[in-house]
Amino acid sequence: MSATIISLPDQSTARIPKTNFITKENGLLSWLLTGDHKRIAILYLISITFFFFIGGALAGLIRLELLTPQSDLMATDTYNKVFTMHGVVMIFLFLVPSVPATLGNFFIPMMIGAKDLALPKINLLSWYLYVAGGILVIYTMVSGGVDTGWTFTTPLSTHYVNTNVMSTGMAVFIAGFSSIFTGLNFIVTLHKMRCPGMTWFRLPLFCWAHYAASILMVLGTPVLAIAIVLLALERTIGIGVFDPTKGGDPLLFQHLFWFYSHPAVYIMILPGMGVISETVSTFSRKRVFGYTAVAFSSVAIAVFGFFVWAHHMFIMGISNYAMLVFSLLTMLVAVPSAIKIFNWTFTLYKGSITFETPMLYSFGFMGLFTIGGMTGVFLGTSGTDIHLTETYFIVAHFHFVMVGGMLMAFLAGIHFWWPKMTGRMYPEKISQLAAVVTFIGFNLTFFPQFILGTLGMPRRYAAYPPEFQILNVFSTAGATVLGVGYLLPVIYLVWSLKYGEIAGNNPWQATGLEWQTQSPPLTENFLVTPIMDHEAYDYEWLEKQNAKEVASVG
Amino acid sequence: MSDSPAIAHGAPTEAGHSHGEHPAYQRHHFETVEQQADATNFAMWLFLLTEIMFFGGLFTAYLILRNWYYPAFVAASHQLNVGWGTANTAVLITSSFTMAMGVWCSEMRNKSGLVLSLVLTFILGLVFLGIKSIEYHEKWEKHHIPGMHYSMQNFTDPQSDPETYNEYHDKPMALDMARHTELYFFLYFAMTGMHAVHMIIGIAILGFMVFRAKAGAYTTGHVTFVENFGLYWHFVDIIWIFLFPLLYLISRHQ
Repeated sequence: MSATIISLPDQSTARIPKTNFITKENGLLSWLLTGDHKRIAILYLISITFFFFIGGALAGLIRLELLTPQSDLMATDTYNKVFTMHGVVMIFLFLVPSVPATLGNFFIPMMIGAKDLALPKINLLSWYLYVAGGILVIYTMVSGGVDTGWTFTTPLSTHYVNTNVMSTGMAVFIAGFSSIFTGLNFIVTLHKMRCPGMTWFRLPLFCWAHYAASILMVLGTPVLAIAIVLLALERTIGIGVFDPTKGGDPLLFQHLFWFYSHPAVYIMILPGMGVISETVSTFSRKRVFGYTAVAFSSVAIAVFGFFVWAHHMFIMGISNYAMLVFSLLTMLVAVPSAIKIFNWTFTLYKGSITFETPMLYSFGFMGLFTIGGMTGVFLGTSGTDIHLTETYFIVAHFHFVMVGGMLMAFLAGIHFWWPKMTGRMYPEKISQLAAVVTFIGFNLTFFPQFILGTLGMPRRYAAYPPEFQILNVFSTAGATVLGVGYLLPVIYLVWSLKYGEIAGNNPWQATGLEWQTQSPPLTENFLVTPIMDHEAYDYEWLEKQNAKEVASVG
Repeated sequence: MSDSPAIAHGAPTEAGHSHGEHPAYQRHHFETVEQQADATNFAMWLFLLTEIMFFGGLFTAYLILRNWYYPAFVAASHQLNVGWGTANTAVLITSSFTMAMGVWCSEMRNKSGLVLSLVLTFILGLVFLGIKSIEYHEKWEKHHIPGMHYSMQNFTDPQSDPETYNEYHDKPMALDMARHTELYFFLYFAMTGMHAVHMIIGIAILGFMVFRAKAGAYTTGHVTFVENFGLYWHFVDIIWIFLFPLLYLISRHQ
């Protein structure tokens, strides 16, 4: 583990550049009214971290309740509210905006050599919409919560509960538009703002992954919006579109809801895959194997992702033929996902691998995402799905993908780009420890849930038969370890803002354009518009570049 | 609704750079004016795409339920006034024409022409909403507003509504089918209502544009905002072009 690629400037003389996007203007207003994509990314980073810890606290409550077979920590309906709020907060306020709105926002313009996203005001608007959605969610929580599950399943949400369905629905509607605007901005930026020489196949794969995710945001989210509008009308004036007693169809709601919410899973995971492409290449000093295949597999995931939604409804009365078709299409999504995993593995093959923190998180991602993805195939098979759906197996499956996958990737990305965002390094040893703790905690928390699920423990209940207790105790213990793993980065990253080592322009010797400028960057990102004259991940180009610099200084 | 801000992105900015030969409305992060116009235009098209998906959900619901309760939907559609609907279609198409004239005037830097076109579009938009409210009022009088004292008497006993009966000679419907007319009217209000919301947003922006145009904006070569608003207005028009046959016309004489 002694080998490292970190190359820092001489700490005794190095200084953070005096002019950068953080120091350019001062005062709260200069942040709240900014159009700078980097500042908006920081605003997003702070707000999603806030909501992540709210969602995390709720997850802690869930695990505490499940420590014992009886429902003793809270009443059963409180438990329903807690897991619902956990889902709503984590999905709409953390996972969907996590990588795109922070790292994507910050680095897409820099990677393509642009000064900003195409629509800075829309970018800021998107953050305000996010905050409005977040405030509504907090309002929901303090005024009594909501207990429909994050899926708002009809007719439960329209006829049988009198909790705050309306305010939650409104929150999701508003947060949805925030995500639409982010996606729209990325697509326009990637089409129209690339610097000279930056062809589509010279884009870092991070950009390709975000492009694919943005397509999903732009096409999927409006359908969720209309589903929620109809739900609200159903609830307030009883219009009957989802109400069987009036001739409506409750399944129609599920079709509309999952038409967004399945692709939303890919909105959450694709940007994470983009991060992994960057880190795996940088820390094995090799161009990503099969660049084109990885790029197109992102698009393929986005396209296939739109045709699999009914696999969430196998036990809800869709026809056998629909089941057959959707089961088959679901299997197809595994192909581009596997293409990515295989190509990253081949990138590692004969690479000069080093084990800095982002790479540790990336390894975590690859292992856990593979498990999460493979168990997804079990669930896509209609026969096994009927046995496993609505059990802890499904809970474990999507946490392996979302937490083991996306959250690992998010942390990999945050560590990877932290020096660029702040100009300072995070402390390496303790962050490696945090990565390992997270990995252990994660497996301890969620692996037992696979077993619980196959044994038949249903999800969404506060009580369970006593024979399941031992595995639940493991899971709760793991959640505690995981909690420590997530708290550590917050502490040392904040610490590093003041005491971290000066990072210099390119501590990782990475090839992306974002690394060829000062850290933290200027408001305009580059002194002059860069010209892309080499392929992506071209480490020889970088060496020549460095040699030239040494020569000219000498 | 959340649409109006998306329109605003094409707005010329006061904070543009003054150095070099950049026009004042070029935002600092664009290399050229063409790039700026290209990007905002593309963004508008993408936004309209999301709008299509938004209305798509409603259209899907309508088509599925129409297929299920075909007789109820046909009988209920007889209650709509084709005359008013046709008039409104004509009004909207004309407003699209005046809007297109507005874009042309903006490109030609013809200030008075632009103001006239925008005012005409504004008025035609209001006329559309006026006619729509007459139609809504008719529904109110006949107790055809779902959820509010809804009555299906006109469908279980068609002769109770002689005017419609004399034209279509609907047969009395069994209660089980007749009650689904309420779903039709709900979807009618949801779809035309959502369309009307988009009209209202458009009219509000038009009002703003009239003032700006009078002050000399949009006729200095920076036409992006007018152009993008024009796209929006035509889009709202096209939604109606689909709504009109779906709600009023198809299978009317069966």
